[in-house]
Amino acid sequence: MTTTTPAAGRSADRPVAGKPAKRRLAPRDRAVVIAMIAVPTFFVVALVWLPAILSMVLSFGAWNGIGDLDQITWVGTKNYSDIVDIYPPFWPAIRHNLIWLVFLFLGPTLLGMLLAVVLDRNMRGSRFYQTAFYMPVVLSLALVGFIWQLFYSRDQGLINQVFGSEVDWYGDSSVNLWAVLVATAWRHTGYIMLIYLAGLKGVDTTLREAAAMDGATERQTFFRVIFPVMRPINMIVLVIVVIESLRAFDLVWVVNRGTNGLELIGALVAQNVVGEASRYGFGSALAVIMMLISTIFITIYLRSVFKEERR
Amino acid sequence: MSTTATVPPPPRTTKASHAEGGAMSKPRGMVATVIMAALALLWLFPLIWAVLNSFRSYSYTQQNGYLSFGGWTFDNYRNVWENAGLGKFFVNSLIITVPAVFLTLFLSSLVAFVLARFSYRFNLTLLAIFLAANLMPPQALLIPVYRMFREIPLPLVMSETGTVLGSYWGLIAINVAFQLGFCTFVLSNYMKSLPFEIYEQAQIDGAGVWRQYWQLTMPLIRPALAALATLEVTWIYNEFFWATVLLGGQGDKFPITSALNNLRGQFFVDYNLLSAGSVLVALPVLIVFFVLQKQFVAGLTLGSTKG
Repeated sequence: MTTTTPAAGRSADRPVAGKPAKRRLAPRDRAVVIAMIAVPTFFVVALVWLPAILSMVLSFGAWNGIGDLDQITWVGTKNYSDIVDIYPPFWPAIRHNLIWLVFLFLGPTLLGMLLAVVLDRNMRGSRFYQTAFYMPVVLSLALVGFIWQLFYSRDQGLINQVFGSEVDWYGDSSVNLWAVLVATAWRHTGYIMLIYLAGLKGVDTTLREAAAMDGATERQTFFRVIFPVMRPINMIVLVIVVIESLRAFDLVWVVNRGTNGLELIGALVAQNVVGEASRYGFGSALAVIMMLISTIFITIYLRSVFKEERR
Repeated sequence: MSTTATVPPPPRTTKASHAEGGAMSKPRGMVATVIMAALALLWLFPLIWAVLNSFRSYSYTQQNGYLSFGGWTFDNYRNVWENAGLGKFFVNSLIITVPAVFLTLFLSSLVAFVLARFSYRFNLTLLAIFLAANLMPPQALLIPVYRMFREIPLPLVMSETGTVLGSYWGLIAINVAFQLGFCTFVLSNYMKSLPFEIYEQAQIDGAGVWRQYWQLTMPLIRPALAALATLEVTWIYNEFFWATVLLGGQGDKFPITSALNNLRGQFFVDYNLLSAGSVLVALPVLIVFFVLQKQFVAGLTLGSTKG
């Protein structure tokens, strides 16, 4: 990141009072401003953007991580074609990430939105309900995984004890994805609710009253008055949900490291590095696929945030 | 943990604090209340269940099943605390979280100040670089970060492994890098809501940029800093991915969140113990949440207060 000041010109001009924003800075102040930007930018560039670029470079090579960089043999797009053609967990992982996404939308996101709309009204005990729904949000997903194990365990879990069933909810590959999704939903709902509640505070009450006076039904008021106001929030929520489902990791990692029915892209990348076989090039190609998908949504997010900024 | 800024809602023109969404008709209100109460209980149940079982002895639940009532004891907690050495892992969490939160708030306030105080052409680009970094999937950066950390040597005084990998330094740095975007965004919005005249006055009085930042802006943004600190403490305390992979071979350096996973196989043989462990790990964030709930919620919605 370059840090040039547009007004940098002749030195040590005393700033003139009353003249807004753009003015020449004294050399010392300029140095201060540059440092103020440079140090934090260094962190972000060195630890996020540089690794992102390196992931892309590494994805075209084969390297087991032993020895120096000259041990890398460049293989072109072979890693990518291998992933698509002969890497068994890849397509299940894509499918699971997609299921994750659709489920988050249809389940907790809609529920969270509904809760927000209801709790935004003048309801007795609204605060208590908000706290109840919001509490899981402060817990880590790893911990959420442990807490739900008390329900899901085959021998000691509550579900099997109540229904007399013998399902290993976390272990059986035909159900474990759904078990994990329910646990995620427990945490995700409150988060979405809070975002919508914050947004709904922005709905002009006079608008609502006017609609009521004109004889609009509650449903009409919702779709014609409240929903339009929530549109920018919908966009943000869309991006949050997509990014969340793309980087879902903690829960499946604590359950079984993302295997046997719980394959997710994020877990596959980790498996290729910290697993038995460290295949850096291959893992990087997976990482790049992840990055490309998220870039689309990061762009959408930035655009909608900056549109608000300029208003 | 996702760290995303909410978009600013348009300002409400009239303040009608106790008629928020208008009252509901009676029968409808009743139905809504019943459904809400049921859902809220459902939501609280997993935590209540964990707390309940953490106070019961394993032999009792083994004999009578978990659907019984009784066998109350404190032993699980004593056991977890003494034998699993949880105390040590809590200290590790502290060692990681406190510097990371301070550094994040300090560095992001620097950038935010420049973004709010000056209108350079690169401002938007700079903000985009920070904000987008915040949304990158961490797993996608794992390989280069892991490898870079392994290559960078540190004196043995700073890291027993002799490299950044396996040390707190690297873990703190990566946490900071990932959290900067969100904090910068929130703080710069907050700072933009301060009246610009204060800087003009300071300029006349001959205060340099650093003094304007440190003595003028910082005291004024304390509410925002407090709210963000609350959020960041919980997020970094909860961080699982980087701690697990970057401290990999150093099991006894794990912060509590990763340690619980590590201990699960060998130590938490029964679910009453696991419950006690989970409750202990959840306790700090739950306390933070209850004591500072207002700050917490404010932090998440702070992106919205815009001048």
